[in-house]
This record gives sequence, C-alpha cells and structure tokens, in this order.
Amino acid sequence: MQQTRSVELGAGLFVLFGFAALFFLTTQTTGSDGFSGDDVFEVTARFENVGSLKNRAPVAMSGVTIGRVRSVAFDPENLDAVVVFEIDSQYGQIPDDSDASILTAGLLGSQYIGIQAGGSDFYLENGSEIEFTQSALVIENLISKYLFNSGSDSE
Amino acid sequence: MFRDIFYTIIGFLRTLGAFQLFSLRILANSPSIFVRRFSLVVKQVFNAGAMSLVIIMVSAFFVGGVLGLQGYSNLSKFNAEDSVGAFAAFSLLKELGPVITALLFAGRAGTALSSEIGLMKATDQLSAMEMMATDPLRRVLVPRFLGGVISMPLLVAIFNVIGLFGAHVVAVGLLGVDTGAFWQQMQATLTLPDVYEGILKSVVFGFVASLLAVWEGYNAVPTAEGVGKATTRTVVITAIAVLILDFMITAAML
Repeated sequence: MQQTRSVELGAGLFVLFGFAALFFLTTQTTGSDGFSGDDVFEVTARFENVGSLKNRAPVAMSGVTIGRVRSVAFDPENLDAVVVFEIDSQYGQIPDDSDASILTAGLLGSQYIGIQAGGSDFYLENGSEIEFTQSALVIENLISKYLFNSGSDSE
Repeated sequence: MFRDIFYTIIGFLRTLGAFQLFSLRILANSPSIFVRRFSLVVKQVFNAGAMSLVIIMVSAFFVGGVLGLQGYSNLSKFNAEDSVGAFAAFSLLKELGPVITALLFAGRAGTALSSEIGLMKATDQLSAMEMMATDPLRRVLVPRFLGGVISMPLLVAIFNVIGLFGAHVVAVGLLGVDTGAFWQQMQATLTLPDVYEGILKSVVFGFVASLLAVWEGYNAVPTAEGVGKATTRTVVITAIAVLILDFMITAAML
C-alpha cells in the first residue's frame, strides 16, 4: 500500500512537471509583438520595388508595430507592386497623406513597412491608398552605383 | 535461392500485417483500459516517465550547454551572438528535443518494457493469465503502451525546458551574452507553430516508441537469448523509425 502511494505520488509529480514545462514552452518562449490582428482595416500602397518584403512582415510607425502585410502582388497594367496591409483599428487617426517606405531592420535583417505621418486633416480608412511611397533599397543597385562612380572618378 | 528470396519477402509482409493487426488491437483496447484500469496506467507512467527523468534532465542540460557554446562561437563571427537564444530554442524545440528524447526513451524505457514482457512470456506468466481468462494484451501490454504514450510528450517538454536552461547557463553565465537579448531574440523568432511542431513530433514518437517496444517484447522468442535479441531490436528499430518519421514530419510541416 505504501509503495503504491509513492508510485502514484511520483507519477503525479512527473505529470505536473511535464505540464508545467509545456506551459512554459507555449507561453514564455514565443512572443507576440503587441499586434493582435483581431480588429483591423486594410490599406493599399503601390511601390516601384518591394525588395524582399514578405507576407506578415510588420508595418511600423515610429518603430512600433501597428499592423502586418496581408499580400504582395505585381500589377501587370501599371507595372508596379501592390502591397495590401492591415492596420489595427485602434490606430485609426493616421493622416491620409502619410508616406510609406520599405525599410530594413538592421544591416541584413528582414524588411518592413515604415509609415511617416503627414499633415492632412483626413485619416486613412478601410480601402484607402497611400500615394507617397518609397521603394526598398536594393543593395545590389547601391553597390553597382558605387562601383560605376568610383570607376569614372579614377579615370 | 529464389525460394529464399520469396520466403523472405512473404515473411516480411506477414510481420508487417501482424504488426498492423497488433497496433489496431492495442489502440482499440486503449480507451477502456485508460478509464477502467487507471491505476495500472499510473504505475506505468511512473515506470516509463518518472524513472526516465534523471537521464532526460542530465542529457538535456548538456545538450543545451553544447548548443550555447557552438551557437556562441559560430554566431560571434557575425557579431550575432545575441541570437544564441533563438538558435538554441529553434534547435531544441523543433529537432533535438523530440529526437534525442525519443532515442533516450527507447534506451531507458523501451528496453525495460520489451525485456519485461519478453521475460513474462519466457516464464509462462502470459500463458498463465490466458488460463485464468485474463487477456494479457489488455492486462499487461495496453497499460505499458499508454504509460509510454502519456510520458513521452511530457518528457520532451521537460527536456526542452532543461535544455534552454543549460543554454542560458552557458551563454549568459559563462560567455556573457545579455539575458534580455537572449530571451528577446528567442521570443521574436519563435512562433507558436514551431512549438506545436515539436509537440506533434513528441506525440508521434511516443506512439511509435511505445508500440514497437511492446510489440518486440510480446513477439520475443521465449528464451534467454530471444529476450536479449528482442531488447536489442527494440532500440534499433525505434531509432530508425524515429529518425525516418522525423524527416517526414519536418518535410510535411515546411
């Protein structure tokens, strides 16, 4: 009887430890970046070049994530890239002449959309389009520009 | 010669079919045993799970420590030693945790299961049960199978947590990586699907490792030599099955 009880106690402790570990893994090792994605509105922007922008890349304003990229597509008529992204509706007061640029987190980090506020009295709403955009910096272009310039300088 | 090949193939197919039927019988009997003979299952959870804790925790600590060292020495070449937390968490949660735990489980609990069942068979205990109209499959095999299935995911979770602790001790304590950067990089890179992939793997490996151990023990040749062979085969077959399944699950989840 004594032995059975200690076996049951050991098994119980083991299962408790196991579930505590599972709980730790699911809650502590993964993080949310403060964007829930429940209540959102969609905004479109056209870019000449999106670089390596991916779906679910963050949309940030003043460095704070306020939304995510929904889709990146090529428009064969206007020959540019159409990026649809969603912004948390608690940030519903972004001026509609704000400009969007594609930035890189760190030197080799992933790309995200940064929004810089404009001065308009009207706000971005569901379905509106950001007119002022700035393309991604493509590192190959920069390097080739630098190489060509330095070549012409030396001659 | 052709006869030999023919009989080998037929023999292989028969074993495969018998294993399928055996798996179905075990699975079909599992729910009723789990509900009605819960105390038997608890005892096996203790044997397979709680008794494996020492080997799991010690191995996990050192595996995590090695990840911390290797990650640091390689990432610091790119000045990215802050990512060592993300590196260790990714390797542990998705690959090393489930796979190493399954291999250790096969060595510690799988061999114990198959040799115990094989010896019961060799000493006619299973036949004696049948005489008393007790189905040894229900009384002996199913509780042991369930004990393994329940223990495995919990063991993997414990392995992962202790492994992260080991990586933390080495990277933060010995090598001077910032604690905040260690956890922040991990939380920024890891997503819930990554964690779920590890849990899915641990559940699958738990089923496979327990089923193979029980099967090998039940089909052991009832001699001293036969039981020894069955124990060896348990480890070999479980290791192969786990590694192949690991590849398949990883490929499917990409």
